[in-house]
Parts: sequence; C-alpha cells; structure tokens
Amino acid sequence: MSASSETLQTLRSLARESYKYGFITEIDAEAAPPGLTEDTVRFISAKKEEPAWLLEWRLAAFRAWCGMAQPDWAKLQLTPIDYQAATYYSAPRQSAGPKSIDEVDPELLRTYEKLGIPLREREILAGVAVDAVFDSISVATTFKEQLGELGIIFCSMGEAVREHPELVRKYLGTVVPQNDNFFAALNSAVFSDGSFAYVPPGVRCPMELSTYFRINAAKTGQFERTLLIADAGAYVSYLEGCTAPQRDENQLHAAVVELIAHEDAQVKYSTVQNWYPGDAEGRGGIYNFVTKRGACRGARSKISWTQVETGSAITWKYPSCVLEGDHSVGEFYSVAITNNRQQADTGTKMIHIGSDTRSTIVSKGISAGRGQNTYRGLVRVQPRARGARNHTQCDSLLIGERCGAHTVPYIEVRNPSARVEHEATASRISEEQLFYCRQRGLTTEDAISLIVNGFCREVLKELPMEFAVEAQKLLAVSLEGSVG
Amino acid sequence: MLEVTNLHARLNDGREILRGIDLSVKAGEVHAIMGPNGSGKSTLAAVLAGREGYEVSEGSVSYLGRDLLVMPADERAREGLFLAFQYPIEIPGVNNMYFLRTALNAQRRHRGEPELDAGQFLRIVRARLKLLDIGEDLLQRAVNVGFSGGEKKRNEILQMAMLEPRLAILDETDSGLDIDALKLVARGVNEQRSPERAIVVITHYQRLLDYVEPDRVHVLQRGRIIQSGDKALAVELERRGYGAAEEAA
Repeated sequence: MSASSETLQTLRSLARESYKYGFITEIDAEAAPPGLTEDTVRFISAKKEEPAWLLEWRLAAFRAWCGMAQPDWAKLQLTPIDYQAATYYSAPRQSAGPKSIDEVDPELLRTYEKLGIPLREREILAGVAVDAVFDSISVATTFKEQLGELGIIFCSMGEAVREHPELVRKYLGTVVPQNDNFFAALNSAVFSDGSFAYVPPGVRCPMELSTYFRINAAKTGQFERTLLIADAGAYVSYLEGCTAPQRDENQLHAAVVELIAHEDAQVKYSTVQNWYPGDAEGRGGIYNFVTKRGACRGARSKISWTQVETGSAITWKYPSCVLEGDHSVGEFYSVAITNNRQQADTGTKMIHIGSDTRSTIVSKGISAGRGQNTYRGLVRVQPRARGARNHTQCDSLLIGERCGAHTVPYIEVRNPSARVEHEATASRISEEQLFYCRQRGLTTEDAISLIVNGFCREVLKELPMEFAVEAQKLLAVSLEGSVG
Repeated sequence: MLEVTNLHARLNDGREILRGIDLSVKAGEVHAIMGPNGSGKSTLAAVLAGREGYEVSEGSVSYLGRDLLVMPADERAREGLFLAFQYPIEIPGVNNMYFLRTALNAQRRHRGEPELDAGQFLRIVRARLKLLDIGEDLLQRAVNVGFSGGEKKRNEILQMAMLEPRLAILDETDSGLDIDALKLVARGVNEQRSPERAIVVITHYQRLLDYVEPDRVHVLQRGRIIQSGDKALAVELERRGYGAAEEAA
C-alpha cells in the first residue's frame, strides 16, 4: 500500500467521527405548527409577548418576503427548500423565562457543557460573557450584573424587547431593513431570539461578549437576530459560535446580524461557524443563509469582521460594512473551508460613503474533497468618498483534484481619488510541502493542518486568543479525509 | 545502521534510476556519495527518505535492524532518519521556529520524551544558532520563504542540529554555496559527528570534502556504485573526473 492510500484510510476513519457535536438533546419543546403564514408570525410575536409595533414590523417583513424569490445568483447547488414544511419556532418548555442560571433546565446546561460552553459563571473562562441560544430561545446570559455596572446591556433579543424597547426600536432594521433580501425578510418575520448588546459612550467592554447558537429540534429553522451597538467612543469585541446535531435532512439557518458603530467606536465581531456540514456524500447539513452588516455611522468608527467558516452544507454569507462616517474603517478577514460536498459562497461588501474611508479584505478559501468555494465581494466607492482606499487579498488553496475555487470580485468606483487594489492567488498543497513536513516527523494530518494554518495565518491572528486555538483545531478536523 | 542491498528503484513512468545499489553504513561513520548529474544520487536519498513517486522493484534496505522500505516517510523521520533537502521547500505563513518545535516535539513524543515548551525550546535553539553562527532572525520568518540559497541550506543544517538524527543524509547541501556558507555547512556536519550517528553526504564536487573528512567515499554512476574507497578516492575523482572512474570500474 502506498503511503498516500494508507493516509487516506486513516483520514477516512477519522472523518467518520469528526463531527463531535452531532448529538441530540432529548428535551420537551414547544413549537409552532409547521408552515409560514401571517398566523405563524402572530403566534411567534404573541409567544414572546411583543409590543404591537414589533408585530407590525414583522408583518411588514412577512408581506415583503411573500413577494420575493429566493436568490439564485450564488454559485450554489441546493435542493429546493419547502418553506411551508419547516417549523419556525421551537422553544424548550419551561415555565416563564429563567430568572437565573439555577432555573435553567439541567438537561440544557449539560448540553452546553458537552459543547464545551459551560454556562455557570464560576466555571467560565474569565473574560467571556456568554449568551446561549438553543433553537429559538436564549437560555442563559452570564456576567450580566458585572456588565450592568458599566452600563453595558448584554441580553437576549427577547429580553431587550421587553426591557429596552426604546433602543431596539431605534436601531432594529436600520442596517439590514426588513425587505433587504429574501432571507433577511424571512428572518425579520419570524426571528425568535438572538443577542443584544449596547455599550454606552466611552466605555470599553472589559470582556469578550459571546453568543453560542445551537440548533437542536428536528425540521426546525433557526432565525436568530443579533443587534450590537457601540455608542460614541465605545469598544466591544463579540464572539459567535455555532453547532447543530447530525441529521440527514437539511436544516435552515437564516440569521441577521446588525452592528452599529457611532463616532470613534469600534466593534470587532468574530465568528467560528461549525454547523453540521452534512456527511461525506452530502446528505444533511445546515443551509446557512446569513445577512450580516455593520454600519460605521460616526467619524473614525471601525467595524471588523473575522469569520472562520468550517461547517454547513451551504454557506451564503457576506458580512459587510457601510462606511458612512468620514475616516471610518471596515475590515473583513475570512477563512472558509469546504470539504466533501460542502459549498460556500461567501465574501463581503465594503460600501465607501464617507471621505477617507478605508477597507481591508483578506479572504482565504480552502477547498478539499468535492467542496466548492466562491469568494464574492463588492467594493463600492460612492461619489462623496474622496480618498477612499481598499485593499483586497483573496487566496485560494486547493487540496485534491475534485474541488473548486472561484473568485468573483465586483468593483464600482465613482470617485476618481479612490484607490482600490485587488490581489488574488490560487495554489495547491504540494506533494513537496507534505513530504518536507513528513520528513521532519509530522504525520500527514499534522502536516496538512500546519500548512493550512500557515495559509490562514493572517486571518487567524485577528481572532481573540481562546478562539484562535479553537479555530486551529477546527481547521484540522474539517480537513480530515481531504487527502486522496 | 544502514544496509542497502541490491536496491533497484524506478520512477512511476518506468525508468529505472537505481540499478543495484549496495551500501553499508555503520554508526559513527561519515560516507560521501559522489557522482555526476543524473547518476541517481538524489534518487537514492529520496528512496531512503520514503518520498513518493518511486517504486522499489528489487533489493532491500535495513535501518537499525528494521525493514526501512515498509515504513512511511514520517515514521522514518521519527526513527531518526533525516534528509537535508537539495531544494528546501517553502511553507508560507508557518513560523520557522514553530515548525522546528513542532517537528522536534513530534519526534520526542515518538521516543516517549516530554515535549518542549516554547521557553525550553528557545534556550536550546539559541545555543545551536550560536554554535552554527546563524542569525536568530531566521527563526522568526516563514519556513524558507524569501530565504536566500545560503539561508535555506543553513536552515537545513539547523534543523539537523536540533533534531539530532541517528542517520543524516545531506543531498547536495553544498551546491550553490559560497566558500563561507560551505564552511558553515561543514561545521554543522562536523559538529554532528558522533559514535552513535551516521552521516551520508551526497555531493557532486569534492570541495565539501576539504572540510568534512569522510571515512568512505563511493562513486555512483548510472544507478550503481562503481567504486568505493577512502578519502583519497575523492581527491582522485576531482583530478581525473568521473569518466576515469567509470573506465577503471
């Protein structure tokens, strides 16, 4: 047996056990009847005891959605989604919302412990406050009191609607309007929960804020909505992680994230997305259709997206920055891995509106197996954006012969003083690199992981420390079975 | 330590490159394998290190009493076989020091020794750098990326010094080096000489052997060792050329 076929066998055996978050939690859940009508929207709004304005807001979104078609411009092949077969609301059944962590169903706490996300504050890594969203409902938010002393609000979206309606009403939908696109409209109609954070003027949030999303119930979509606001001069760093059980059918995830940075404020948003990717033959897996956008409202504000996308059968996601304030800065750092039959169409939009705005895009796509990986990015410089600058670097790494990498940059410049640069490369992990590493004693798996981590270095170094270590491990796991 | 017996190897396209190599290397010895371009020197190194793309059609190789040819390349490395590459490979984004520590720890794990943390590793690597007269900046760069030819070779010698192999094979490590770099490589090799370690120096020219004194010299020609002798053979080759050696054989 040649070394490569032997390696392949080892990797295959590893791949079978690679998705370790695929378990299902047996828990009594309360769900809306399947299908999506105005009644579903009313049901969800009523369940959450929402004010009338929010119900109207949802209904407007629903009506917009009814007139829209699922976008088909992305380079993705997917089975048609039956929106009337899905369930749009599923919540673990508990008497009202938990007042404290002690009221949370122990089964749920065990689930999060299995995921490596302990919710009990005493067990939590110092410096990370966690909001955990299970199917449609936020089950616990930690460190709330400590943050409260600084005037920082960090809670579930549901709670924000109840406790801080003026803030929610002021900002909700101002970055991603209800009718922005098909999936955003769907989310706006049926969003169940998500996280909300507000950092008051001049406050530097002393810990990482984090949300952990978990899809558990079968045939259920998850439609969380996250809204983060950094008021003038504030700073916040936010982490998002996701997993889902291993199931044979595809499950829908259509989230919306809105970020707002006022004058001199900074928002750093990091995602490690590890939704169930489907099996090696492409059965099952999450359909991940996400709209993420940040508005740099004030002068000198900065929004930075960092994403490590390793999961999902389909990823459709373009975290973007609208650079309204003069001298505002937008950044997008992305690693997207597609292995087996995974497909990703991901990138960003940088909209330069204010003068002297700057944006940086670093995208690293890794394709293995039969994975298809597309970078799609728009850099638009509006007429008023004097002196706008963009640098885009877009690198693809291919592992094996059956995968694909595609780069689709759109550049629209309407101000002659703008400077826009785009660099793109595509390369393969070479036999030479692998042999060199193995000759120094590394196993093939370790060698691939080392080479891929090197390839992604510019992006990984943008992640907060604890996340970076996780992400490195995840890259290695995601690529198991990729060499043949 | 290394017993090569009647080794035949061909490329995947069927061309036979090694046509019956016999070679016996004992611990503590330094052997030089010399030969003109295309004689099979680098193929021999590649087959011994387990590189893919070659098929061994006949013969055997025993290393430390084990059948070397059934071991995967990475296991050979962890068992102490080191190949200094003729053309070291670039690995973008991977810090050279991290690479070296990862490799060393993979080998230490294999031997059941505790892994070295960053601090312990740094102390050892600094001492080696000093000994080899290599600047510390080499550690902070990505593996071989943007290295000059001389830096790449020095980096190979540094890796050898850190990994402390049982059997080191240097594949034309001296080619393309100026005299200072050559001396440095020679110093690295001499510093590694020990009763427990064997070193095989593959070279086209005799000049490295001005600084590294071999116990045995072999002449490789058309896939066979046609002549073996002591260091005087190298001097003779340099004077009379490989053609004379072939005639003599």
